[in-house]
Amino acid sequence: MNFLDTLWLIPMFPLLGAALMMLLGRHQFLDPQMKNSSVGHHHHHDRGHDQDLRPRQGPRWLIGPLCSGFVLLSFLWSLGAVFAGRSEQVLFTWVAGLPFPAFDGRMVTLTADWGYLLDPLSAVMILMVTGIGFLIHVYSIAYMAHDGGLYRYFGCLNLFVFFMLVLVMANNYLLLFVGWEGVGLASYLLIGFYFKRKPASDAAIKAFLMNRLGDAGYLMALFFLLSIFGTVRFTEMQAAPHPLLPWATLLLLAAAIGKSAQIPLFTWLPDAMEGPTPVSALMHAATMVTAGVYLIVRAEPFFRLTPEVGSLTAAIGAASAVIAASIALVQHDIKKVLAYSTVSQLGLMFMALGVGAYWAALFHVVTHSFFKAQLFLGAGSVIHALDGEQDLRLMGGLRHQMPQTFRTMFIGTLALAGWPGLAGYFSKDSILTSAWVASPVLFGAGLFTALLTAFYMGRLLFLTFFGPYRGDQNIHESPKRMTVPLWVLSIGSIGAGWFGTPFAGWLGATPEPHSWAIMVASAVVAVAGLGIAYHFYLRRPGTADRWEEGVAPVARLLRARWYFDDLYELIFVRGLARQGGDWLSAWDRRVVDGGVNGAGWLARKAGDISKWSDTWIVDGAVNLTAISVKLSSFPVRYLQTGLAQGYAFLIVLSLAAMAGWYLLRSA
Amino acid sequence: MPWLTALLALPLVGLIVLLAIPGKARNLVRLWANAVLLAGLGLALPLWQSFDRTANGYQFVDRMQWIPTLGAQFLLGIDGISLLLVLLTSLLGPIAALASWNAIEERTKEFYAMLLLLQFGMLGLFLSLDLLLFFVFFEVVLVPMYFLIGIWGGERRLYAAIKFFLYTLAGSVVLLLGIIALYWQGGLHLARPTFEITELLKLQLALDVQRWLFWAFFVGFAIKVPMVPFHTWLPDAHTEAPTAGSVLLAGVLLKMGTYGFVRLSLPLFPEAAREAAPILAVLSIVAILYGALISLMQQDWKRLVAYSSVSHMGFCTLGLAALNSNGIAGSVLQQFNHGISTSLLFLLVGFVYERRHTRQIADFGGLAVVMPRFAFVFAVAVFSSSGLPLLNGFIGEFTILQGAFIVSRTWAAFAVFGIVLGAAYLLWLYQRTMLGDLRNEANRGLADLSLREWATVLPLLMLALAIGVYPKPWFAVLERPVLEIVGRFGR
Repeated sequence: MNFLDTLWLIPMFPLLGAALMMLLGRHQFLDPQMKNSSVGHHHHHDRGHDQDLRPRQGPRWLIGPLCSGFVLLSFLWSLGAVFAGRSEQVLFTWVAGLPFPAFDGRMVTLTADWGYLLDPLSAVMILMVTGIGFLIHVYSIAYMAHDGGLYRYFGCLNLFVFFMLVLVMANNYLLLFVGWEGVGLASYLLIGFYFKRKPASDAAIKAFLMNRLGDAGYLMALFFLLSIFGTVRFTEMQAAPHPLLPWATLLLLAAAIGKSAQIPLFTWLPDAMEGPTPVSALMHAATMVTAGVYLIVRAEPFFRLTPEVGSLTAAIGAASAVIAASIALVQHDIKKVLAYSTVSQLGLMFMALGVGAYWAALFHVVTHSFFKAQLFLGAGSVIHALDGEQDLRLMGGLRHQMPQTFRTMFIGTLALAGWPGLAGYFSKDSILTSAWVASPVLFGAGLFTALLTAFYMGRLLFLTFFGPYRGDQNIHESPKRMTVPLWVLSIGSIGAGWFGTPFAGWLGATPEPHSWAIMVASAVVAVAGLGIAYHFYLRRPGTADRWEEGVAPVARLLRARWYFDDLYELIFVRGLARQGGDWLSAWDRRVVDGGVNGAGWLARKAGDISKWSDTWIVDGAVNLTAISVKLSSFPVRYLQTGLAQGYAFLIVLSLAAMAGWYLLRSA
Repeated sequence: MPWLTALLALPLVGLIVLLAIPGKARNLVRLWANAVLLAGLGLALPLWQSFDRTANGYQFVDRMQWIPTLGAQFLLGIDGISLLLVLLTSLLGPIAALASWNAIEERTKEFYAMLLLLQFGMLGLFLSLDLLLFFVFFEVVLVPMYFLIGIWGGERRLYAAIKFFLYTLAGSVVLLLGIIALYWQGGLHLARPTFEITELLKLQLALDVQRWLFWAFFVGFAIKVPMVPFHTWLPDAHTEAPTAGSVLLAGVLLKMGTYGFVRLSLPLFPEAAREAAPILAVLSIVAILYGALISLMQQDWKRLVAYSSVSHMGFCTLGLAALNSNGIAGSVLQQFNHGISTSLLFLLVGFVYERRHTRQIADFGGLAVVMPRFAFVFAVAVFSSSGLPLLNGFIGEFTILQGAFIVSRTWAAFAVFGIVLGAAYLLWLYQRTMLGDLRNEANRGLADLSLREWATVLPLLMLALAIGVYPKPWFAVLERPVLEIVGRFGR
């Protein structure tokens, strides 16, 4: 079996799962709840036949394993392909538009293949997407066991993996965009999975629209690339300086900002927590948000030629890293802490991209995917145990009742905080080293972010698992099907960091030489952050509250999430959409239609006038004629009465007159 | 029998036979009308196979004398552009008829008679290659649509019908003047006076003559599209029309305007068109954003869909204003796509209206709970309309924007926000109608899609997916005629 010739199968497996679930899910895998509700309402289906009344209890338990199996197949297949080497496979000509003049004047045709490219970069992404995606699928089987709409959940999860695979495997920028928008669709469907809840559907729309804003940038970037290079195929684009190339990279950056939730388009990601927790794990770790980083790494040749855009990338990354980490400090929702942490970590990756350390960014993507997936799934396990409770203030002391979850989350926390020797330490160190070479300010921002990260993760860990329990739930450890994926992920959280140098080599990059000073600084910061959190929340509980009172304005700023959401609400939702729409509606009704109706009114008035003139002038003239004829005919009329006696009388009279006249003349 | 003449005659013959069916036999009337329109589709579909994609000019030409003293002929023929619109009309006709099966209980026979007459007019317009014949069909269409809205429409149907009629008639008058003036020019410069479009294309008109004629034609077509600021007949007419009327109005009638541009205005008056293009582009961009923003604020489900047409047709006219190959090809494809997506949206709102007799968005919410299949189809329609890749809308918008980009990066930069707003109003509509809890008890017992309703939406869904996944054949059909038009701009 040749894996390279069958690359197309890798995304095909999850697509198959998605299609199966979407088309047959409701029939074959009917949920008990769904069946009950539908029996109640479809009276016309009851025709007295027994088989119609009997609930069609399909093999519901099969849904999860089936869909997980598709992703596993995909993972194994990509493993085979990656070990077989590199390859590019064109399936068919997808878009074949018409010729157009490129910037240099030559006529080129707008075409894009449906083709897949397997190179080290896409290989890393494929393995991560399918591998971690598979674990999240497995975890979901137990986590979602009691939810309705299971076929919809797993169908969308498979769809998510499919689109993400198209995104990272595409051999051109147009097909990449299919995956790009596709993950937007899948995330919309999954964030809004609990569609009866308004916050969930609100968050889904917000995610989709903010992503679309970035997508608009992507489209514009595509047009620039098409006109500069005449093609969108990666292997045919020879990067060379061009006066308009900065526009293309700037717009690609805008697209990446939307997808990877960077300032200013980051506010959708924390809201996206409305989806089921495994979905958050999938979006924050392996898919979706990593797409922005992938895009910039893919467009590396263009970014290298436009250092000014690179600086902007680094600045946005640094700002996102610090701001998001600062917001995470004060969040009470366990998932929100992790969500802002993702924005912050992505900020570090963008910083690395901005300073040209593409491999370091990708390295951090990989290590981050392990411990962030682990942390989210761990948080899910806690939420599961507490029957949906997500407030850190109502947790505490859970390490006794949930030892497996605690241990794995402990590992994940240390890995994210940058504890020496664990995965996050190494990848963060690579980023800090590159940042130091580029600019001390960026390095400072990175180091400060690391301190904040260690602190808020320590806070999360201590508030959840240590101290007294502050809630009133009956706590139980999650089943094996949930804890086993956690343990598998912890292998990556512990070990993935040690492969930095071979990783860079595989990607063809030369990492900056390690600096002992930076490594020590990074380690000190991590330990210090955890230590401060220990002091604040465990050794002297209440310290945090006193500090918050001490720096009240800062605390307010952080709690209000730097007012980004309020600002957007004001400008876009209330201002542009509501007010603007209202004004335009009124304009349409009053002014444009006013003109139309006014014209109608004028026409009617003109009609009235012509009716009046018809009655009095035109008809008047006609009637006047008639009357004058009538009047002038008045004497003559009496000559033609139609009465025979009159005529006879007249005849006699005339005869008499004629006879008289004759007699008189002759006389 | 000549193919296109047969295709055109079929609804007319069907109409004559229909008149002989007693009005009380309502189901027979319905069956007959559906059968005739379906047969029309059967007759039109093989055109796709037999059409020669490598040939220039018109194919399947049927020519007969009509008014020899004027040089007017009964002249039919198609190229790739009209092929798509003929197929669209042939598809939407039977769908509209089938969708009306239960909706029309009064004056059923008259309703279907109007539908057949409408089909005749629409097909005739896209088939004719004679300017006078074109104009006759341009007017023929008005009559049945006026009655469809005015008799079987909603509460404000009379206002809407009269507004629609007068608006378009005003445009037609100016168009007719333009046609007569063009004919006059033909009489001066050609061997013999004629209304044949391919003959008139040989005219070398002076720029000022072109300018006058272009704007005369513009008034006629811009009202039909409709372009901002001539658009306010549209929300009323679409909203008040019965479902079949809305489907055909949005799906086909609007394209008569854009078709007029691409078939007549652009090739006949290329220099004037080049001069006017920036104005057209600005009006189109205004339409895209303006229509989308107004859609956001609509409280009436159907009116929202209606206003979305203003926005989507803005993309179509923007592509035309680009005057280049991808802009025009994208525009024609997007006309086809809009016919699919918007028809779907109108069909769906029609289904709900038949069940609940209200269109107010506030009356709904949580329908996905009781109508999951409906919710699924609606979701596909929403994403198709908002241009999601792998569905039909994306590829049209993409090529249009690319065409616009080649001319002016500013145009593209403004228009591209249309795709953000387009998603906004549709997703918000979806949320307010489908998602959330089922608050309104009146919606509790709503039945999901029936088999007949599935039959109307399924072809459209499959077509939407097919175009999105594999758009290549659609461009193959358009390539020749579009390049021919672009060639006239002498670039």
